[in-house]
Amino acid sequence: MFQIRIHGRGGQGVVTAAELLSVAANAFGRHAQAFPSFGSERTGAPVVAFCRIDDRPIRLREPVLEPDAVIVQDSTLLRQIDVLGGLRPAGYLLVNTAATLDDLGLGGVVARLPPGHAVAVSATAIARTHVGRPVPNAALLGAFAALTELISIDSVAAAIATRFHGHLRDGNVTAARAAYEHVKGVRSGASAA
Amino acid sequence: MRAQREGSQAVALTVARCRPEVVCAYPISPQTHIVEGLSAIVASGELAPCEFVNVESEFAALSVAIGASAAGARAYTATASQGLLFMAEALWNASGLGLPIVMTVANRAIGAPINIWNDHSDAMALRDCGWIQLYAQDNQEAADLHILAFRLAEQLSVPVMVCMDGFVLTHAVEEIDVADQELVDRYLPPYRPRQVLDPKAPITIGAMVGPEAFTEVRYLAHQTQRQALTVIPRLADEFATVFGRRSASLVSPYRTEDADLVVVALGSVLGTLAETIDELRDDGVRVGALGITTFRPFPTEAVRAALRDGQRVVALERAFSIGSGGVVSQDLRVALAGMDCPLSTVVAGLGGRPITRPSLRQLITQARSAPGDPTAGPQPLVFLDLDRDLLAHG
Amino acid sequence: MAVQRVKFYQTGSFAVGNRLLDPAMRSVQSDATRTNAITSGHRACRGCGEALGARYVLDAAMRATGGKLVTVNATGCLEVFSTPYPESAWQVAWLHSLFGNAPAVAAGVAAALRAKGRTDIRVIGQAGDGGTVDIGFGCLSGLFERDDDVLFVCYDNQGYMNTGVQRSGATPPAARTTTTPVEEQAPGNRFGQGKFVPFIAMAHEIPYVATATIADLRDLEAKVERAMQLRGARYLHVLVPCPLGWGTDASETIRIARLATECGLFPVFEAERGEVTDVNPIRHRVPVEEYLRRQVRYRHLFEPTRRDDLIARIQARADANILRFGLLDEKES
Repeated sequence: MFQIRIHGRGGQGVVTAAELLSVAANAFGRHAQAFPSFGSERTGAPVVAFCRIDDRPIRLREPVLEPDAVIVQDSTLLRQIDVLGGLRPAGYLLVNTAATLDDLGLGGVVARLPPGHAVAVSATAIARTHVGRPVPNAALLGAFAALTELISIDSVAAAIATRFHGHLRDGNVTAARAAYEHVKGVRSGASAA
Repeated sequence: MRAQREGSQAVALTVARCRPEVVCAYPISPQTHIVEGLSAIVASGELAPCEFVNVESEFAALSVAIGASAAGARAYTATASQGLLFMAEALWNASGLGLPIVMTVANRAIGAPINIWNDHSDAMALRDCGWIQLYAQDNQEAADLHILAFRLAEQLSVPVMVCMDGFVLTHAVEEIDVADQELVDRYLPPYRPRQVLDPKAPITIGAMVGPEAFTEVRYLAHQTQRQALTVIPRLADEFATVFGRRSASLVSPYRTEDADLVVVALGSVLGTLAETIDELRDDGVRVGALGITTFRPFPTEAVRAALRDGQRVVALERAFSIGSGGVVSQDLRVALAGMDCPLSTVVAGLGGRPITRPSLRQLITQARSAPGDPTAGPQPLVFLDLDRDLLAHG
Repeated sequence: MAVQRVKFYQTGSFAVGNRLLDPAMRSVQSDATRTNAITSGHRACRGCGEALGARYVLDAAMRATGGKLVTVNATGCLEVFSTPYPESAWQVAWLHSLFGNAPAVAAGVAAALRAKGRTDIRVIGQAGDGGTVDIGFGCLSGLFERDDDVLFVCYDNQGYMNTGVQRSGATPPAARTTTTPVEEQAPGNRFGQGKFVPFIAMAHEIPYVATATIADLRDLEAKVERAMQLRGARYLHVLVPCPLGWGTDASETIRIARLATECGLFPVFEAERGEVTDVNPIRHRVPVEEYLRRQVRYRHLFEPTRRDDLIARIQARADANILRFGLLDEKES
């Protein structure tokens, strides 16, 4: 089983991201379960959502305590909550930021994780470019596909199409593909180095 | 149709395919997504004829359903927590009048302190109100149980609550097969009320009954509800034939055969429990689980048949009776009378506190380590993961 | 040619003899084939205003709807005296659920009939003042706000008579009830409390609101007939004196109801979409004292010492109603 925890703020599409991730995994032939951290949070408050992906039906209902991947939609959360709590030694870290992971003080974490397992992507900027709105979740899903190779970028695109229509769908798919290509480039650079 | 969807949406779609003619809605978390889904289905014209009534309270929601059902319509509503308690008076009325209303309860704690998260305090507080209570283990079962619930309710003229864990199931997105309309129509015939408000054949419903007949009314209600214990397994078998998958029946044993300890539980915790049991089995620990799907009427015989002498039984309670202890435990104690099955009670997951594998593992290990003598065994009432530090600072 | 106006006065009551009228103008109750929706043999007290009112309302509604009627009843005297199991006085389809939910249950019946395409069948909800203005009020407001196709009838006897004469939100000032006892400092129910639900119904701008009393039964029948010509939420508030609760002689029930209107304390009017459209003028105005002194619940206003201060405050309320609704013919005012 592969478990993902997504951190963000109310209004950034955190719950939608987890749901779309599960839809993409399902479209990719896997069993998946997504659920929010059931709060009554308002816009701007820290929000957590979870996703599990497995080859067999998922019965587990506990929150994700030891994630295989952590997605951080808002890097300001790094100063507030322990977003890396329980992250497995061979886990993945995906952070939405225009800065570098070193700049965010994550150098130590990057060093502990296997090479190429921690990536920064400027998903908000990508979203602004392609969607016209600073909602980074679709771009991060594209980046996640490239980072973990757990799901295909086509299944991410298909998942986005189940939720959005018209130009929002097209823009989010383009954003996801752009982030996917960006992370693929970073990772091939990392493995070459 | 199989698809990745939210539990609430699966329930809304399934309920729509049961063709309710009146749906009453009042918002309360975590039930709200269900009636939102149904409002969209009705507004789109996909479910017709159906009157979607936005009411001013849960008390009114169930009251509208009572009027609709008495007028011969298939009626549905959904609620949770305070909403269920606000309905309390009307709950007894619906069952007393024998109106086969189906209602989803998205189980949630009861305040004060106000708490929107999951436990079973709401439905357990109304366990004696004459409604049949079914508890879903997962979202597939939650959706499927609604089809069975309408059939059961209308066959016995008894209202049915389908209980599903708030947030844990209602807000979880997973692959769920929503039954095809054609199959639902095959399984669930149109509602033929036992009696109906009809100007052509006017009857009085809801007369005042004095001491001379009230006991008999209650006796008959009991007998009628107990019939569900034979009807539900038959309906579950038929469900499996029509839909090609098995929806739970009275109880669902999991690896109990050679178990020396069986954890009895209701609802979604059974999933995490099954995972924990598999892990412990790999370590050679002989433990099993017994899920109770039908809590009212209580399946005494099915519980006895699923357990055997020498097994230690732990009731994992998602609600409890303040001043007494476990709620399910009381029924279990009666069911286990004369059996050599020492029973202990563990209260867990109140107000949404997660029940995790590590906690369950510890609970089971501790319970098993106690010797066979029940007086030397685990404490009769344990609160799982009780935060002693918090108590000390209280 | 000079026209001689014939007065149909009988015993001073304004009641008109049916046999003198064209058959089409006769009252529903004069019709031998009327439904008898609530038939004889029920267990209401002698002189019960509510039993009389309910019979007129439902028989009129049955005639107006061609017998296609379903009724929903709140808990209260009307329900208790009419359905002692295994007997029932109801000759119409009738459902009783709870004290506080009759408007919602009626709305549910209406919703079911809509879903079934049977809007030819009409729905009446009925309750006493407790079930209407107090415990059922939330559901009633919901019914009005949704404009459900229900006529809701309140039989107002100004207190919880079923449980032994306790105060309700419709109990008038100074009235003695078992929960507003008369002590030196507490002369019965307080002034300035309670509510007049017809006004609140009008504030919902529902199609039809009317008040009536059992003193003018032709007027009551006409209002039921008018209400059944309309669709949507309609409200009829009927004053029904209670000999037990008010401390009046059983033979006086209708007289008391008439005095309530003639003194101005109970205005009789109709309103559509929130606007008053018609009032029943007072024909023989009487001071409130005429009305009050016949009722044991107001005896403390007269004995052992006369409380002119309180009587004057009640008279002021009546005067305000008369002014507000224009209840006096111009020549009398």
